[in-house]
Amino acid sequence: MNFEVLGNKPTRHGFGEGLLALGESNPNVVAIGADVTGSVMTNLFRDKFPDRFFSVGVAEQNATTIAVGFALSGKIPFFSSYSAFAAFRNADQLRVSVCYNDVNVKIVGGHSGITVGPDGATHQSLEEISFLRALPNLTLVVPCDYNQTKKATIAIGEMTGPVFMRIGRSPLPTFIPEDKPFVLGEAEVLTEGNDVALFANGIMVWQAILAAKELKARKGINARVINIHTIKPLDYETVIKAAMECGAAVTAEEHQVYGGLSGVISEAVCKNYPIPLEFVGMKDTFGGSGEPEELMEKFGLNWKAIYASALKAMERRDKGFSGVRKLTEIPEFNESL
Amino acid sequence: MELEVSFEQLTFENKTRQLEEYIPIATEIRKDIIKSLLLAKSGHSGGPLGITDVLTVLFFGGFMKYDSQNPNLATRDRFVLSAGHMAPVQYSILARAGYFPCDELKTLRKFGSRLQGHPGLDVHLPGIETSSGSLGQGISIAVGMAMSDYMLDKNSRDVYCVTGDGELQEGACWEAAMCAGAHKVSNLCWIVDNNDCQIDGRVKDVLSVYPIADKFKAFGFEVIEIDGHNYEDITFALNKFKENRNNNLKPTCIIAKTYMGNGVSFMHDQYKWHGNPPNMEQAITALNELNMEQGN
Repeated sequence: MNFEVLGNKPTRHGFGEGLLALGESNPNVVAIGADVTGSVMTNLFRDKFPDRFFSVGVAEQNATTIAVGFALSGKIPFFSSYSAFAAFRNADQLRVSVCYNDVNVKIVGGHSGITVGPDGATHQSLEEISFLRALPNLTLVVPCDYNQTKKATIAIGEMTGPVFMRIGRSPLPTFIPEDKPFVLGEAEVLTEGNDVALFANGIMVWQAILAAKELKARKGINARVINIHTIKPLDYETVIKAAMECGAAVTAEEHQVYGGLSGVISEAVCKNYPIPLEFVGMKDTFGGSGEPEELMEKFGLNWKAIYASALKAMERRDKGFSGVRKLTEIPEFNESL
Repeated sequence: MELEVSFEQLTFENKTRQLEEYIPIATEIRKDIIKSLLLAKSGHSGGPLGITDVLTVLFFGGFMKYDSQNPNLATRDRFVLSAGHMAPVQYSILARAGYFPCDELKTLRKFGSRLQGHPGLDVHLPGIETSSGSLGQGISIAVGMAMSDYMLDKNSRDVYCVTGDGELQEGACWEAAMCAGAHKVSNLCWIVDNNDCQIDGRVKDVLSVYPIADKFKAFGFEVIEIDGHNYEDITFALNKFKENRNNNLKPTCIIAKTYMGNGVSFMHDQYKWHGNPPNMEQAITALNELNMEQGN
């Protein structure tokens, strides 16, 4: 499958425009701002619907519980800030007031991951998926490009229940066609192939597509790229089917591998159909300042890392990996991530 | 000595009352608190007994708009117990207002009960507006509710919220206060249960939150300081809130000076009773004292 690059925009633009569209179609949609509205693009909504926009200042804990109050009054509140502060500063509020209450609050964590770039490690949230996916009732979405984020924003606004959506700051290729439907909870198989499965989300989906192209061009390998845009609820069927048909897989995420997409896929695969897995993601380290491309190279978050990991996973499979084996038969034991 | 615990099905109307009419209601509620905690064998005695008088006037004096037979009434005022550990008093009041059978009070903290240790929205107990218990969150939810009513829907609903005084040590309280003051959320009535007790001791010793009134004034609140066991004071404060709501365009903070464990002599003003239930002997003593109060 060939993917045409349709543009080069950050996912936050898709969110801002999606929220605006939601605001136009549903008068119950409101937005809570915590000072960074121009960064996370809720300014579009604010300027169009000033009466439905509430500024609470740099106070993410309050923003979260204020949103709960709106939801308990029948509104559909969106609160967006940097993911570093919209998932951690307010962690207790998310756990008790949003998720335990099971209210219709939408939290959008922007500027996530190392591609925030020059701001450095304090602002590069790389752990929120691990935390958030342990919260009952929460739907967890990581869209892959501008078009998908716009669609996902509308989709989460139209469903009932708490949602966290993770988006980013820096531009990246838009490649999901504008007319492609977005279905929450349904993993997207972007390329067909039975040699190796490449599970990715967020900005790493495009990198997985690039890796699949190179695998085909250089080695004749047909990789199945699967976009896990909904971390929770997980599309088990698509994941297990890929494990069974490919027999080797790579996960790729702009996030710590501990508990992130790697954890999601490992849990599903290990329980149902164990296959060799390789992880592309942050290896238990903080980021730092730099341009997105420099950081992606340094931390191995690019197509090259996925390419190498795919070959490694396939080699392990071909050496006779079996999910059920005797302890004495473990050929290698790798403590590193 | 053993005690057969039962909860008679007795409910009270929400209407304008003479001050002395509150006494038997408050006593019934205090008895509920003692009995339900005795059966639960765990839970918080002191705080619920201390805030009983304020909540008795609020719920049964015609101040709050609600219909216990139609808990989701769209025009109802809302009550949030931010200090969720004081749940026993809220459960008793809701039962005595007719939201659910009084007999259900005996299930407090039990497996499968709708009367969770701290209020939970997931168990769908009529009258509970939100889960609470992680301190500092309920008040912020209440501010959000009030903003939705006042700034967006522009209706006449009010939101009442009780926090503890120790709870004010949570920074989240002040984020909520700043927000309510800045947005002039005048339909918010924030009641601070100022018993000066928390788990570790006196609030002033653990970490002083004083002066409370000056802080709230600085945050843009109309502040009313009252004796939280004086029905005339409580009535005055709740009337004053309604007046402020329409005239001052400021949120109201009622600082109710209360005594932890009020109404039970051996619990009176004893911070050790923050998180303990009475045993059988203590419960019998407490109920005898309360029955005498009711008899007088």
